[in-house]
Amino acid sequence: MSGLEDLYKEIILDHYRSPRHHGELECPPAHKTEGFNPLCGDEVSLTFELQGEVIRELLITGQGCSISQASASMMSTAVQGKSVDEVRNLTRQFKAMMSIHEESIGAEDATSKDAKPLELGDLDALKGVVKFPVRIKCATLSWNTLLTGLDELEV
Amino acid sequence: MSLPSDLKSNFPLLSQTVNGHQIIYLDSASSSQKPTVVIEAMNDYYRTINANVHRGAYEIAAQATEAMERARARLATFIGAPSANEIVFTKNATESFNLIARSWGGDNLGPGDVVLISDMEHHANIVPWQILSAEKGFELRWIPLTSDGHLDLSQLDRLLDGVKMVSVTAMSNVLGTLNPIREIADRAHSVGALMAVDGSQYVPHLPTDVVELGADLLCFTGHKMCGPTGIGVLWGRTELLEAMPPFLGGGEMILDVRRDGFTPNELPHKFEAGTPPIAEIIGLGAAVDFLESLGMSNVRQHEIDLTDYALRVLNDRYGEELTIHGPPNASERGGVLSIQYQDVHPHDLSQVLDQRGICVRAGHHCAKPLMRELGVGATARASLYVYNDEADIDALTASLAPAGELFAR
Repeated sequence: MSGLEDLYKEIILDHYRSPRHHGELECPPAHKTEGFNPLCGDEVSLTFELQGEVIRELLITGQGCSISQASASMMSTAVQGKSVDEVRNLTRQFKAMMSIHEESIGAEDATSKDAKPLELGDLDALKGVVKFPVRIKCATLSWNTLLTGLDELEV
Repeated sequence: MSLPSDLKSNFPLLSQTVNGHQIIYLDSASSSQKPTVVIEAMNDYYRTINANVHRGAYEIAAQATEAMERARARLATFIGAPSANEIVFTKNATESFNLIARSWGGDNLGPGDVVLISDMEHHANIVPWQILSAEKGFELRWIPLTSDGHLDLSQLDRLLDGVKMVSVTAMSNVLGTLNPIREIADRAHSVGALMAVDGSQYVPHLPTDVVELGADLLCFTGHKMCGPTGIGVLWGRTELLEAMPPFLGGGEMILDVRRDGFTPNELPHKFEAGTPPIAEIIGLGAAVDFLESLGMSNVRQHEIDLTDYALRVLNDRYGEELTIHGPPNASERGGVLSIQYQDVHPHDLSQVLDQRGICVRAGHHCAKPLMRELGVGATARASLYVYNDEADIDALTASLAPAGELFAR
């Protein structure tokens, strides 16, 4: 069994204590998507604005455990200014790190010629979560919520 | 009389270690641990008399049937039911509520009718009514709470207007609040309404007498009272159960089946379609024997003493940093402590406690309307039972501060 230090790394606690890109954009022009984790009551609310194919700005509010809120904060930092394709690719990589592997067709697309692997950077600190399986859904909540939002906009 | 001090030795699971610590189990409101006598009773059934019930004429089938029906009779005595035929075995309390809603509700509710529940109900006593209400068009009405976690009965006369069924928990699984079921039942009856009671948290912890409670129907589950999972109970008054149509159809619940229809079986079999969970019923019977050997008034006194101790040491040490939801006095509540410590999220708190071998539940406890009333998304809940002692409370108390240090913002 892993110790708590594998889960609660300092950078995670820092994002939890001081969430980045916190707030709400005006809708419209921004788009709003909410995600819930019914089991533990975690909530995230994303507002984001696209400029063409690029996420021009994304802000987050929410409440929940340190893992869900830190992951959301880290995601907000990672996706600003990225193209929708890059964000989808990053999400796939992040979820793969959480031992969640998407349908094989999509996964093949992600690793094929037009999508090169992205640096996970700070997000790498969350890989300890995989040793605590019940917390994986906390870490992936904001990412799944963003995917839902992109799907809603059909981009 | 008090409980034996070595009670933990009756529960094999409690001698285990988790994450290098002796396990401290504080989640009995979710599911209790099982004493050896219950585990052995189920094993003995499978080893010696495993056969289907109410069918074969051979020896072990007769013994299996007799063991199952003996368990039914012990459950009837345990809750003060006038007849063993009023004990209907279900899968759990949730299925018991679905049975009531489908069978009684399907037959008796329509536009203009009202079912009265409360803001502290478990989803098991909410969602079956909501599903049926969407079909039948009756109103679901809610008894609100007072600020100290009791039911607010000040407007009960107004709330009872047009009500055909009142369905309320005898003890909150989040707040621990013990509700005045007899008073509510009497007032429900005075307007011609029936009284259903969720006894899931009450029956395992307090002496129960359905006649004294004034209930018409009572739902509870086996696994919270030292019994196995997969077995619950619906108790109902004979005349009421006889008037209710069957719930699930199939074998066992019929007297006769013809091409043009069927004749339902007598009570309680009318409501027990298919092969029942025989081993689980026998296990639940053994759990009742175990609890009766302790004495339910001793069980209750033990939990009052321990809850009182927990409230005292937690509040003394943490004061304003700690919120314990629900009534402040151990005599008006059960051993369920929903806590909020500083702004540590319950999920994070339970993770830190788990590293010390302490099992508490974090989440909404299947009571989301209540969570909204409390203004929280989740709580961490420590809940007590016969095997817990002051050392368990001390371990919990000592472990909150380190969690606070880790997550201090």
